[in-house]
Amino acid sequence: MKHLRSIAEIGADAVLRILDLTDHMVEVNQRPNPKVPALRGRTVCNLFFEDSTRTRLSFETAAKRLSADVMTFTVKDSSVNKGESLRDTIETIAAMGVDAFVIRHKSSGVPWQVSNWTTASIVNGGDGWHAHPTQALIDAYTVRHALGRTGGLDGVRVAIVGDIRHSRVARSNIEVFTALGADVTLVAPPTLLPPTPLAPSTADLDSVIGDIDVLYLLRMQTERIHDAVIPSIREYSTRFALTPERARRLGDHVLVMHPGPMNRGVEIMVDPAEIPGAMITKQVANGVAVRMAVLFDLLASSDALLAGVGVDGEASA
Amino acid sequence: MTDAKPVPKHVLHADDVRRALTRIAHEIIERNRGLDGVVLVGLQRGGVWLADALGAEIGRIEHAVPVGAIDVALYRDDIGMRPVAPSGRSELPGSIDGATVVLVDDVLYTGRTVRAALDALADYGRPKSVQLAVLVDRGHRELPIRPDYVGKNLPTSVAETVSATADGVVIS
Repeated sequence: MKHLRSIAEIGADAVLRILDLTDHMVEVNQRPNPKVPALRGRTVCNLFFEDSTRTRLSFETAAKRLSADVMTFTVKDSSVNKGESLRDTIETIAAMGVDAFVIRHKSSGVPWQVSNWTTASIVNGGDGWHAHPTQALIDAYTVRHALGRTGGLDGVRVAIVGDIRHSRVARSNIEVFTALGADVTLVAPPTLLPPTPLAPSTADLDSVIGDIDVLYLLRMQTERIHDAVIPSIREYSTRFALTPERARRLGDHVLVMHPGPMNRGVEIMVDPAEIPGAMITKQVANGVAVRMAVLFDLLASSDALLAGVGVDGEASA
Repeated sequence: MTDAKPVPKHVLHADDVRRALTRIAHEIIERNRGLDGVVLVGLQRGGVWLADALGAEIGRIEHAVPVGAIDVALYRDDIGMRPVAPSGRSELPGSIDGATVVLVDDVLYTGRTVRAALDALADYGRPKSVQLAVLVDRGHRELPIRPDYVGKNLPTSVAETVSATADGVVIS
């Protein structure tokens, strides 16, 4: 795997490989000294054109635990000539010797554009409404681990609830859960569904809530009110939030997930601590291990990396 | 056939492997009088079954010792030169501080896996001493590493591959 720009691009086999690799990274993170020399001498550059403290820290920690050198830039994107300045930034930093860029940008497609300008590996840390593949891998890993599975997620019923249309997390999660064989249902008002259907959808949360294994709540951006796509937050919460009544109807086995940060009182009206299947802190905890697996796969396991290097396949020593 | 492929050669059979394991078990017991603080650690993947088998044998002769496994992929020195991926879990049986760790692998070749294993062990603690047990030593060492217990010394050429299981050892 040369880049991780979207789940669709890497496919189910690579997803499974990264989930398996994550098990090893979880073990590393449980040690008293959670650090291995695997990526010594490699440099990872975090380029955040849109700030996100938790994602940035998670990538930084992951790179450091693998002994890579880390550079982090949080760039305020104010230039009019975005394309040009972005290219300048990438080429300048790449000239310092970077093996992987982690990029977050408010415009969709930036990670693909950037890969034309550098030979380094690209990790998409979130691009516009388009994709957030590491979050999706974290969520897939969290579900797989909680269910005690080793392969895919065949037959697992996942409901993704909320603003699907403007959510890169939703897009990448639909891709990852579908790739792993889960059945995905989208729950949202029609105004918050994308124009092209990505999965079966409904506007009636109560009709699916008794029939699912995973309830995935998206963050409701309160500023959507101004776009007039929902009449009011209260109306949204009544129909789509996890209310105490709905929480009671959830079986204890149902995993409740959220990519964070939560809007308490908007999409979630109960204390997650009181939900037996709440995975929200697990998702954060798994973030570092999954991102370690991604960086290791890109910079140490990749066949593409070795193109032209003649090495015998003898592994035993 | 013009391009002669080497014919697989059975150099040890299941009985030979069993006898070698019994001998190594006795040697480990003898050298570590009383087995005090001895821990067997198999190298993922080929050394794990061997560590289990040695542990069972030692348990039969004397008394049970803790057996664990370690994966060294994240410590290899050829990361970036070929695809490297962990093959199994690292599971050490408790703390190894002050223990006598016997690393167990199926085939000893360049010694680079053992070097990586020594680095990996150091991240878990500080053993009193580390010993090395292998079923087959096929030569061609690239590092100053030698085994303490050997099932069979086997001269090989670099072009050959050696596979070692409980069913026997095969050169091809």
